[in-house]
Amino acid sequence: MAAIYSLYIINKSGGLIFYKDYGSKGRMDTNDSLRVASLWHSMHAISQQLSPTIGCSGIELLEADTFDLHCFQSLTGTKFFVVCEPGTQHMEALLKVVYELYTDYVLKNPFYEMEMPIRCELFDINLTQAVQKDRVALLGR
Amino acid sequence: MQFFGGSEISPSPPVPTATGNNAHMMYVFNRNGVCLLYREWNRPLHTLNPQQDHKLMFGLLFSLKSLTAKMDPTKYHFVSLSLHSFQHQFSVAVYNFLLMMRSAEKGNLGIPQLPGQGCSFHSFRTNTYKLSFMETPSGIKFILVTNPRTGDLRETLKYIYNLYVEYVAKNPLYTPGTLIRCELFNTALDQYVRSIA
Repeated sequence: MAAIYSLYIINKSGGLIFYKDYGSKGRMDTNDSLRVASLWHSMHAISQQLSPTIGCSGIELLEADTFDLHCFQSLTGTKFFVVCEPGTQHMEALLKVVYELYTDYVLKNPFYEMEMPIRCELFDINLTQAVQKDRVALLGR
Repeated sequence: MQFFGGSEISPSPPVPTATGNNAHMMYVFNRNGVCLLYREWNRPLHTLNPQQDHKLMFGLLFSLKSLTAKMDPTKYHFVSLSLHSFQHQFSVAVYNFLLMMRSAEKGNLGIPQLPGQGCSFHSFRTNTYKLSFMETPSGIKFILVTNPRTGDLRETLKYIYNLYVEYVAKNPLYTPGTLIRCELFNTALDQYVRSIA
């Protein structure tokens, strides 16, 4: 079964607001996860500068030897990216689902401050359910 | 082409993977960041002047390699003690020692990696282009920018590397580390790139 290693959410300034690892393979030190998130934010921006045609919106998929990285950027500049096994299918759909959960359980939470780390229990619960559900649902397709 | 030593050494030209547009552009860098070659076939948008563009491209690749080496899930990483609880000091010390030894492979962000050391990416895709990357053991980096629907270009880049070896590296008049000015290489490259897209 295709595995997700970790999930990151970055705010529009490049700061890490949410990080979750699935298993010890994706685990990263707090400091390292912050650095990786800011680095990704910059790489995403630089890739737009190097486009040969207009209208580039940044890296959507990075393929490496041992993992794939799928990234989704919302219209407001918040980036959701997931590190998974090479060749994992339907990660874009999963990222869209996570975005929907983010809008429902984080943005609509009156106690949540914008651009701050996410500390919403309902978001965590529903995210866990969504990842499990997608893993099962994807196998069935 | 009959100049290759043997078919088992160099790959035969792979079947075309994309239809439609030709490749946009190609860069070749050496390990010091010198741009040895920049070929442009289809580039409507120039955001920066050529020197800045080359520097930015090399910088992006250097940082991406550093990032992928760090994010590699197959390398163990030092996990802070607060996540685990151990009964005995001795087992803690041994565990830390083992993890430190393994995490030495991963290195920290920003430390230059040797060619081939650490996990490296081979391509990334945006909505307007796909960038395929290959680094040879001698540190020569080949970058091909194509349209986003292109498939896996690793074999293509290997073939281009063989073209480089034949027409550039084996050229007695070529000084390594300088701009590539070999007409034969350019024509062979153009011809090959036209056939893949």
